[in-house]
Amino acid sequence: MILFLLRRSLTMAVTLAIISALVFFIIKLPPGDFLTNQIAELRAQGEAASAAKAEFLIKQYGLDRPVWEQYLIWIGVWPGPEGGFNGLLQGNWGWSFEYDKPVNDVVGDALWLTLLVNIAVVIFVHLVSIPIAIYSATRQYSLGDYFATFIGYIGLATPSFLLALILLFYSNRWFGISIGGLYDPAYANQPWSWGKVQSLASHLIVPTLVIGLGGTAAMIRRMRANLLDELGKQYYVTAKAKGLPPRKALLKYPFRMSLNPFISDIGNLLPHLVSGSILVSLVLSLPTVGPILLAALKTQDQFLAGFILMFVAMLTVVGMLISDLLLAWLDPRIRLGGS
Amino acid sequence: MKTPLLSIRDLSIDFTTDAGAFRAVDGLSFDVPRAKTIAIVGESGSGKSVTAQAILRILPKIARIGSGSILFDDPRDNAPPIDIARLDAEGEAMRSLRGGRIAMIFQEPMTSLSPLHTVGDQVSEALIIHAKAGKAEAEERAVDVFARVGFPDPKRALVTYPFELSGGLRQRAMIAMALITRPALLIADEPTTALDVTTQAQILDLMRELQAETQMSMLLITHDLGVVANMADEVVVMYRGRVVEAGPREEILRRPQHPYLTALMRAVPRFDMEPGERLTPIREIKSAILANGSTERANAPANAGPVLKAEELCKTFTLRAGWFSGRTRLIHAVNGISLELPRGKTIGLVGESGCGKTTVSKMIMRALTPDSGRVLFDDGSGMRDVFALEGDGLKAYRRAVQFVFQDPFSSLNPRMTVYESLTEPLRIHDIGTPDERFGRAKQLLEMVGLDRRSLRRYPHSFSGGQRQRLGIARALALEPQVLLCDEPVSALDVSVQAQVLNLLKDLQSALGLSYLFVSHNLAVVDYIADTIAVMCRGYIVEEAPKVALFRNPAHPYTQALLAAVPDPDIDRPLDFAKLRVDRFSDPAKWPEPFRLTAGEVGTMVEIEPGHKLRLTSSSLKEAA
Repeated sequence: MILFLLRRSLTMAVTLAIISALVFFIIKLPPGDFLTNQIAELRAQGEAASAAKAEFLIKQYGLDRPVWEQYLIWIGVWPGPEGGFNGLLQGNWGWSFEYDKPVNDVVGDALWLTLLVNIAVVIFVHLVSIPIAIYSATRQYSLGDYFATFIGYIGLATPSFLLALILLFYSNRWFGISIGGLYDPAYANQPWSWGKVQSLASHLIVPTLVIGLGGTAAMIRRMRANLLDELGKQYYVTAKAKGLPPRKALLKYPFRMSLNPFISDIGNLLPHLVSGSILVSLVLSLPTVGPILLAALKTQDQFLAGFILMFVAMLTVVGMLISDLLLAWLDPRIRLGGS
Repeated sequence: MKTPLLSIRDLSIDFTTDAGAFRAVDGLSFDVPRAKTIAIVGESGSGKSVTAQAILRILPKIARIGSGSILFDDPRDNAPPIDIARLDAEGEAMRSLRGGRIAMIFQEPMTSLSPLHTVGDQVSEALIIHAKAGKAEAEERAVDVFARVGFPDPKRALVTYPFELSGGLRQRAMIAMALITRPALLIADEPTTALDVTTQAQILDLMRELQAETQMSMLLITHDLGVVANMADEVVVMYRGRVVEAGPREEILRRPQHPYLTALMRAVPRFDMEPGERLTPIREIKSAILANGSTERANAPANAGPVLKAEELCKTFTLRAGWFSGRTRLIHAVNGISLELPRGKTIGLVGESGCGKTTVSKMIMRALTPDSGRVLFDDGSGMRDVFALEGDGLKAYRRAVQFVFQDPFSSLNPRMTVYESLTEPLRIHDIGTPDERFGRAKQLLEMVGLDRRSLRRYPHSFSGGQRQRLGIARALALEPQVLLCDEPVSALDVSVQAQVLNLLKDLQSALGLSYLFVSHNLAVVDYIADTIAVMCRGYIVEEAPKVALFRNPAHPYTQALLAAVPDPDIDRPLDFAKLRVDRFSDPAKWPEPFRLTAGEVGTMVEIEPGHKLRLTSSSLKEAA
């Protein structure tokens, strides 16, 4: 077990190192960077003083150095312009030129809200889809199954941003919930209070529904197919022949077996928590990470974009580890079985 | 004795499918007497398993009991018999019978147990449901039952998962699960079909003992008349959902009346067949090309040397003990195997599962690389080392040696038509124009006795036997010289088995093919092979022409294998007492001079022309 964890940590570290290099160099691929673009703009407008400030920033962040040196400084294994190591490894996430603030301040709140929205979505998807899938699978080709399938396909086919707009409009009209955002504009710069939490909760409903709908539909279809496969297996017949009540036989044997693919999905789920649903976030103007990432990539705000991408990569790698450990915990064949 | 335990009258079961409704069981009537064993015999599709499912009311959703009654007279109470056919399938009354008073064991012990739950959990569960026992009490009883069915360490069995057990122990666990509630009736659906012969004999023995102990009745479903002869008191022969013959074992097996039963008995290979005697399949197939006698083999080289030779093949596998542990285990799958396959002849490779016979065939095909040893192939221009072949030489070898797989269901791509499957080898090797390939495909179909109109159909519309014939046709597409057949008939029904075996024989004589025939079924190998090699734990322990081997087995392992094959002749019952000692498959427990202790490989010694035995080296020195 310990050996396994050590081995995995090592491969994770190597993977992350490779990803960080890729991320950094791809961001740097287009000619120029945020500051050179800005300097050119400022010069065109004749604001020499601002341009001088920008040039000072270039020096300060080592943007005049070769790309590989910038990369190593960003990671924190090369002495920076002020001397000393000061990069990701030391907990310095860099500076956002666009917002003129440390990356930490830019993403801090957004990260939490993103996780909140998406965890709500994940819970919603599972709570809704698992019972429906079990119902559909055990009553295959019944009226209820066809109905669930029909609704599922509609869910899959509906463009989520469109649905988002419609729901926003009606929730505003019927319930008076303000349009967009995750809480009422009145609470925008206020400290957390009970009212703000309530406002947050009521604003969560629409995004959760909208983002979760497609996932729910897909999950129902997959869960139903998995379960149908398992229902045909011999061990389920054995369980019934033993005299187990139908519900217990179903939940203890085939249902448990059909969960495996979803556990291996956790690895993919975590990064989705951050980078998924960008379109919907834009439409609903949710203060989440997605839109920030999009803007950062457009303006070549390299440290901001790099940090978000690294964060997503980190989540992916950790998610994979978690799902592997969970699988081994749940499935003795993996835990004990040979190759 | 009073009324029978179970009495089935005029039972009909209907299936509703997309293709329309059909009656799987039609007016079935028979009785299961108390404390006796009744065997239902029939080929697949005859309705025997459906009958068992109906008794437990676990029929698939598309099936429905149309009419008739299933009266169950529980000996435990004095209540009048219950009509199972009228109970609610999911109701309380039926559930307490199911698993409690009537239990069932299934054919495939691996898939019949959940891989995610321990054996102990699954066995004690039955008791928790029916006897309302607590968990601790149920586990205690489970340990007793595990000990009774022959688990070496019954306490450990509680926390063991099915995949950690051998096939025989899994089936013992199934039996434990069925018997823990002390049912009045045990239904066994092909309980030993998936097991090796020696394991089969032990399981059958166990079932007989337990029956004598608990006085339960058994309903045994099987297609193996040998098992019937050794187990049943009464026999019911089913054909297309109807009983065609029924009666006491003696009468049925000695004086079979119905043509179907006599045909079934003639279709099974037996050891006492005359040399050259052919099996008579229930439905004969006509191979158009073979009947015309138009052989296409013209370039058969004249030299008499073997076409294929394996020399001292060795292969080890490294297994990891689990995900988290770094521990590894070294498995010696094949230890110094040498074989010679004469041109136009068949070598049979026999052994129990896990003895390395499939590994040998894969190495010959060059799908696996041996750790040491060579495979030599002679295409007529002299022996060449197969593992040294490259480029065109290797391509030619791939064409010359083809494989016929065990499972006809998974070895054909379900998304390819017959035409595509049959011509794929030709396309890969870039042989012929599309028109020529089309002609070849038709020719191949006729060769294996299938209608040429089948070309546009997909594999799922063929039966198991037909699919296996398609597999053979595909293997023949490239005009190979050698066919490696890995258990080609073990997934098939007995009635179909004879068809495929005869086809292989006919093809061999018409095309001059050489076969390496791998199987665990001794009678089948005896029927088809010229020379037989018996494998155990990666060694060939005995090798001889088939007449010598089965008439005069010299090695204790061969003798044990032969003694464990149930014979349909009721005058030759299995000697269960002799088989009870489980020491046949452990080379360290063989008597001198056969004993192979760790590190000892022994030497093959010729005791009569062509008949070789593996003896310890030390015993040889003494003799010399």
